[in-house]
Amino acid sequence: MSATLEKQVIDLHTSTVRVLNSTLQSEDATGAWTILHPEGRHSLAVGLTAPLDVTIDGQAGYYAAGMNQRANVVIKGNAGPGVAENMMSGSVHVEGNASMAAGATAQGGLLVIDGDAGARCGISMKGVSIVVRGSVGHMSGFMAQSGNLVVCGDAGEALGDSLYEARLFVRGTVKSLGADCEEKKMTDEDLAILKDLLKEAGITDYPAESFRRYGSARRLYNFNVDNASAY
Amino acid sequence: MSQNKNSPPRTAPRFSATFDVNTISEIQRAAATGIYDIRGAGTKRKLPHFDDLLFLGASVSRYPLEGYRERCDTDVVLGTRFAKKPIRLKTPVTIAGMSFGALSAQAKEALGRGASAVGTSTTTGDGGMTPEERGHSSTLVYQYLPSRYGMNPDDLRRADAIEVVVGQGAKPGGGGMLLGQKISPRVAKMRNLPEGIDQRSACRHPDWTGPDDLEIKIEELREITNWEKPIYVKVGASRPYYDVSLAVKAGADVIVLDGMQGGTAATQEVFIEHVGLPILSAIRSAVQALQDLGLHRQVQLIVSGGIRSGADMAKALALGADAVAIGTAALIALGDQSPDLAAEYAKLGTVPGAYDDWQEGRDPAGITTQDPELAARLDPILGGRRIANYLSVMTMEAQAIARACGKSHLHNLEPEDLVSLTMEAAAMTKIPLAGTDWYPGKGGF
Ligand SMILES: Cc1cc2nc3c(=O)[nH]c(=O)nc-3n(C[C@H](O)[C@H](O)[C@H](O)COP(=O)(O)O)c2cc1C
Repeated sequence: MSATLEKQVIDLHTSTVRVLNSTLQSEDATGAWTILHPEGRHSLAVGLTAPLDVTIDGQAGYYAAGMNQRANVVIKGNAGPGVAENMMSGSVHVEGNASMAAGATAQGGLLVIDGDAGARCGISMKGVSIVVRGSVGHMSGFMAQSGNLVVCGDAGEALGDSLYEARLFVRGTVKSLGADCEEKKMTDEDLAILKDLLKEAGITDYPAESFRRYGSARRLYNFNVDNASAY
Repeated sequence: MSQNKNSPPRTAPRFSATFDVNTISEIQRAAATGIYDIRGAGTKRKLPHFDDLLFLGASVSRYPLEGYRERCDTDVVLGTRFAKKPIRLKTPVTIAGMSFGALSAQAKEALGRGASAVGTSTTTGDGGMTPEERGHSSTLVYQYLPSRYGMNPDDLRRADAIEVVVGQGAKPGGGGMLLGQKISPRVAKMRNLPEGIDQRSACRHPDWTGPDDLEIKIEELREITNWEKPIYVKVGASRPYYDVSLAVKAGADVIVLDGMQGGTAATQEVFIEHVGLPILSAIRSAVQALQDLGLHRQVQLIVSGGIRSGADMAKALALGADAVAIGTAALIALGDQSPDLAAEYAKLGTVPGAYDDWQEGRDPAGITTQDPELAARLDPILGGRRIANYLSVMTMEAQAIARACGKSHLHNLEPEDLVSLTMEAAAMTKIPLAGTDWYPGKGGF
């Protein structure tokens, strides 16, 4: 909940992305903010460091909420490539679909996508939790290092290719697994993490038990000539 | 001659130029192990290089500046195009990006100390920024790499400039690797990886591809850092005219162009020796690209790859660069290849001058290692002094040449001051062959 009750608005019909970001990054910024007429502009609400509640009232372009720290950002539309890229903490909630590389390299916080996510969702993720209500495109979780990717729909080709220690949960079908990704037994710990994430994302439609868990087979961790074709 | 009358003379053993000693041993090694050779350092074969250019010096038609009395300035400002806080260096030689991980914390600290002492910058690398290097570097460039290991917005804001790494001269088009022996607990933690695994870094950025995306990415980085920091784009020399044009169009403040001689911490030998352009052949087209855009000297050009001396630096500047960067030479200045280590190199099957297994992490000089005992051999204060000495010598050498050419600033050096010694160099640089006013492609002779 916001600290101030007064609604603070930045209208991009009359203001600029530069003003928007410097205002929200300023040490004085607190409370709740609404960004009107985003109209697909790039780099909206990037580099935030304070626990603000930011609503982007429409479609966002590339890198919305990039490198977020502590802020809670809601996008009331679709998001372009690299939404919440390298997020450190806080949360980003996309009410529409997200394009490719959603949550790329993010190290913390929670990214929730109500629609589908494009290719390479969670690429090189480093600790973030990503929950997608719909499906994810090909190469999702590529080189994912740690964190959790939850997909309520289906996953495209080469899920989790070259993955490290991230946990991948998929409820629907997986078109194919990438190099070194395998299905793993769902442990009690996995299940507890998954339940928490579904709860945090407000998803009550399906039980955690209906998901499958994928992870690294760890066969590419140390170079072995017999795996040369997988590199 | 004590040959038996009945046996005919025999030919002496003859080695092949094609199948030379290195080639044969590489085939034998490949057959025995089934894996390509990975090593550190840069190209080892002979390539067209700055040695193929000479300065003319002044005489009757030009007059020189007095060695110790007349000024020859060396300062350079980088990032004047869009950044609110451009970088000011006292000398146009910088320390190139080398990761903590590839190098020990002591080596990183020494580089920072040395560079700061002479008023120049140093650069992070794949793996993020350590507090030690931030603390000891008065000007620190933060690399933004495909792996994004250790990438942190707080560090981005703590940096003095940001370098978006697209490629490296040693391996244009290649990703990185750090072998398990060097993934110590601290390195693993910084990179968010399990300890001891062979770490691969991607060759493409995870959230952008191509120049149009790069433009948006650069704008995001500027938005996050309040448009304060200069943004560099580093490319390996491969198609310098187009790569420079596109990086400039995408909004770069500074271009870093790294030739194929450029060092690496760990790359396939075949990549190091066979991919990319020698830096000598890449500078002219990079400068041409900047000139065609009307932005030469407004977007600064830093070149690297085999820079060893003030002469190399002066030649690069005369060809149109604004500054140079060094990697390998800085490691040598710190103590790499020292003859004092001959006995230890012998244990590793090599000799001073040829040591290149930097990927193994067993460096007896304590530079390319994460082994605490080996790393402790490098005293960062003494190392910093050696770096400062070396950088000062490079600067003085370049000044000596510039004065001899009658230049009151290193940046006044120009192509006119140079001649080519070889046809290749003349063709690559369009600097006329010595004794002529001709270069290949130019009509007449
Ligand atoms: C040990 C070592 C580590 C390196 N690590 C990186 C790196 O992390 N990122 C990068 O862009 N370049 C890296 N490089 C390349 C240097 O930044 C630079 O391009 C090169 O060293 C310049 O050529 P020189 O070694 O001939 O001076 C590394 C080079 C060396 C020798």
